[in-house]
Amino acid sequence: MKIPYYPGCTLNTVAKGFDLSARESARTLGFELCELEQWSCCGASFPLTPDNIIGLTSPAKVLTAAAKVDSVVTTLCSVCYNVLKRTAETLSEDRERQKVVAEFIEEEYNPSIEVLHFVEILRDKIGFEKVKESVKRPLGGIKAAAYYGCMLLRPFKTMGIDKPEAPTVMEDLFSALGLEPVDFPKKIECCGAHLAMTREDVVAKLSGDVIESATECGAEIVVTSCPLCQYNLEEAQKRAMEERRDWKTVPIVYFTQLLGYALGQSEEEAGLDKNKWDVRALFKEKGVGLCQG
Amino acid sequence: MKIKIENRALHSEELKHLERITGEDPAKCYQCGNCSAGCPLSYIMDYPPSQMIRLLQLGRIDEAKSAESVWLCVSCMQCYARCPKDVSAGTLFEGLRQLTLREGEDYKKIKELDMPFLKGAPQQALVCGFRKFVS
Repeated sequence: MKIPYYPGCTLNTVAKGFDLSARESARTLGFELCELEQWSCCGASFPLTPDNIIGLTSPAKVLTAAAKVDSVVTTLCSVCYNVLKRTAETLSEDRERQKVVAEFIEEEYNPSIEVLHFVEILRDKIGFEKVKESVKRPLGGIKAAAYYGCMLLRPFKTMGIDKPEAPTVMEDLFSALGLEPVDFPKKIECCGAHLAMTREDVVAKLSGDVIESATECGAEIVVTSCPLCQYNLEEAQKRAMEERRDWKTVPIVYFTQLLGYALGQSEEEAGLDKNKWDVRALFKEKGVGLCQG
Repeated sequence: MKIKIENRALHSEELKHLERITGEDPAKCYQCGNCSAGCPLSYIMDYPPSQMIRLLQLGRIDEAKSAESVWLCVSCMQCYARCPKDVSAGTLFEGLRQLTLREGEDYKKIKELDMPFLKGAPQQALVCGFRKFVS
């Protein structure tokens, strides 16, 4: 099975571990992520004002490129997923805007394209049972908190990846990988997002609160699906360490890194050497290392 | 406290324009405060979402436009998710940002950003930030 794949800008650069671990995991699970031949930035934020047609053109170009090869496209980054899915929905419902956008990008727009997150592919097309059967290195019952943030879930009517206020899709995946999922109150709260540009203090508080909420519930690692959440949660800990002597750093990892490592990838292949707060010591402490079978 | 509500302000062109570009009707809001309770930035806003909508209901769009809250909203859409009246405060915030940005006024100048941030931040933070803060 081949699935068109849109990596997005950040996965092509600073979040390479997120990208590579997912591609290799897909191969192990019997499908291929086929990167679109041509793609551009999705715009990194869905244009909320409906008259802002120009904001739809960039994601529409991505969707058009995908529609040339298949009826679905998948992505890993929560923001790309949010922008592409909302654009696809907006344009499928509004023929007038579809026409304007098509004229603008000078391509025919195919409204039937479906946008799926990588975790939806794992859940709905592969199945977590098969993922579990393919695990060669169970992850030692490490207590993992799934941090969903905003973009995978909201607005609920469009995104609908899982139950809006109490999603469990990531936790279900964690169980398949041999992790112990930890539920925590702030798993769907915002990390501060692009305020990293203007208000580092606010991001440090919001992201710090997310991490504390997770650790208070026993989490040993926090798991993300968004390079901006990843960045904010990692950076917030630098500041917390300066301000609070008792702050204990928590590894922040992408869910595909855990998937890849559990499926037998090396530390480098899973990009474990690229995280700011190293998770490898914890793996060692829990006796996670050699592959089984 | 007495508040003077002017008919002219209630039906101002700018307010109508905001409603047009956002597709939102602030009058639908009955001020339950769910949006402000769920908003992760309420704690630092001068006017949390429900109060911003109240300003619009009272025709005080200039006050709403100049509030710092406009630039603190991150469009996480928690407000909209929990609104029993299907009003999207997040979209109204975006509209208020657009009113300023479309006049060619930047909230943040690119040259003011510090280099370590520009070098270390993921691209999506920059692209998103520029779209929210730069005209």
